[in-house]
Amino acid sequence: MRPLTEEESKAVFTKLANYIGKNLVHLIDRPDEPYCFRLHKDRVYYVSESSMRLGISVARPNLISLGTCFGKFSKGGKFKLHISSLDYLAQYAKFKVWIKPNGEMPFLYGNHVLKAHLGRITEDTPEHQGVVIYSMNDVPLGFGVTARSTIDTRKLDPTAIIVFHQADVGEYLRDEDTLF
Amino acid sequence: MDELGDADGELFQLPTAEEREASKANGGTDILDIQRRMQMCVRVLGNFKKLAANGRSRSEYIEQLLADIGSYYGYNDFLAEKLFQLFPVSEAIDFFEANEVPRPVTIRTNTLRTRRRDLAQALINRGVNLEPIGKWTNVGLQVFESTVPIGATPEYLAGHYMLQAASSFLPVIALSPQPNERILDMASAPGGKATYISALMQNTGVVFANDSNKARTKSLSANVHRLGCKNVVISAYDGREFPKVMGGFDRVLLDAPCSGTGVISKDPSVKINKSFRDFTLLSHLQKQLVLCAIDSVNPESRTGGYVVYSTCSVTVEENEAVVDYALRKRPNIKLVDTGLEFGREGYTKYRGKVFSDKLSLTKRFYPHVHNMDGFFVAKFKVEKRFKIANHDEKDVRSKTGITSAEGEQGGDGDNVFDSDEDKPYLEENKRRRMKAKGLRVPPRVSTQLLAPSA
Repeated sequence: MRPLTEEESKAVFTKLANYIGKNLVHLIDRPDEPYCFRLHKDRVYYVSESSMRLGISVARPNLISLGTCFGKFSKGGKFKLHISSLDYLAQYAKFKVWIKPNGEMPFLYGNHVLKAHLGRITEDTPEHQGVVIYSMNDVPLGFGVTARSTIDTRKLDPTAIIVFHQADVGEYLRDEDTLF
Repeated sequence: MDELGDADGELFQLPTAEEREASKANGGTDILDIQRRMQMCVRVLGNFKKLAANGRSRSEYIEQLLADIGSYYGYNDFLAEKLFQLFPVSEAIDFFEANEVPRPVTIRTNTLRTRRRDLAQALINRGVNLEPIGKWTNVGLQVFESTVPIGATPEYLAGHYMLQAASSFLPVIALSPQPNERILDMASAPGGKATYISALMQNTGVVFANDSNKARTKSLSANVHRLGCKNVVISAYDGREFPKVMGGFDRVLLDAPCSGTGVISKDPSVKINKSFRDFTLLSHLQKQLVLCAIDSVNPESRTGGYVVYSTCSVTVEENEAVVDYALRKRPNIKLVDTGLEFGREGYTKYRGKVFSDKLSLTKRFYPHVHNMDGFFVAKFKVEKRFKIANHDEKDVRSKTGITSAEGEQGGDGDNVFDSDEDKPYLEENKRRRMKAKGLRVPPRVSTQLLAPSA
């Protein structure tokens, strides 16, 4: 377990900023307790400093996880957000997409969001913008990247893809072995 | 009923040893006959004086009944006898019967994400028929039937609930974690209890979720993240290493690895694959673990200082015997009330073994009585060690020793240092030291001086 290097933090923060924009500062300046990012076995954890201090006493091979896992660095040095970061993304998301009940299950099986399943979308969402996806009763289900801007979606046919799938909560079951 | 019993009792003939051998050679008795014979044996044993056939002893009936239980329910002889001895005869049959029926499916609301009423409403809308478990918990729901798989609804994936047996709520309720504490769950996979602890603390403080099996920590980690527990540190140590890795916990939960005789309905393989050796090995491990759990607690904790020991087993040597052992080994702990309103009291004596009277404060749960898995819960309060007081005493004594010695020296002149007399000895020692170092030694001038003094 160690703090992130400059390059690593840059990679993590640019990824996060894609979804939560300037709300990023709320992750670092928290009113309740100081939190920090830590790297352990290629995975990035977001954890309160008090937890982190106690976690230090666990030896490296025996430490499995602490706090919330945000994602992992690939061998090539790229950072990939995991579904476990959804809590914080949903809390601070700038752009949101709500999907209809009949679109929930297809999305949770790892499919893209189609126009037919689109319930609501934040006004003036640009193209290729990171968005958090909710069910109609405001339960966060995952996140993705928009394929079209809000204005362009109006004239699309019902089978067109609106949001490219990136992660969904179904991965807790599907990818349990590789995710953690 | 009694008359009917009498009539049947006369009809019933207990087979002799030879007859049993003969039927075994013929490929066993018909299953319906076995069932009938078991009922008869139970009836006879219930009123032995009146119903027993002349010249047949009680042990013969019991032997026959045990053999029948073994073949009817599929237990090995050792386990059938062990479980049979726990209960009165008719209750034992109820217990074996209850092990054949699955327990109800129950779920626990994750209070970090939702409320029970909202969750129940959402699940009812998906076609799930459910109801609160009972008055003793405000987060549990019992599922009667469902048109969708309970373990894959969007609510489940979003972490609104956890599939968890009702019995595994109990040790956490007994532990009663408070916000901002440091808590250890020694054997935590797959995380039902650890996440419940975290939810009760509302994500404050720290929960250490440990499990010795690294493969099982994956599902533990998945559950912790799915349920949104942000104060959990997951480690993979053998529980016995624990006070060394870290101590000073406010509360420790030890849900010890056990034989699983309480969850036979869930895992019937226990019926045949547990032997005498398994029980000795397991109770040995449990005794080691419970001492480690006790030693990991901070006895000076303001809010806590508790250890909860639980198993999903019903046998005495994994439960009362382990608790009694801990009480004898650690004088600074005592048993306290578990805070659970129901359940049977633990045994204070069992088949010739006498345990501490306080064991009546522990709680046992049975499948045939409480309709949940067989379970055992004990709660210890760890107090400051008495040894600290002993140390102080010792210190004082040694200090007084020193002062008295000084007093003597000052008092009479007999013990005053005589530097002239000591000189040859000092010289000799110096020579020896130099020799040992391999240096050249000056000639011995003081030998003459040494001789008269010696």
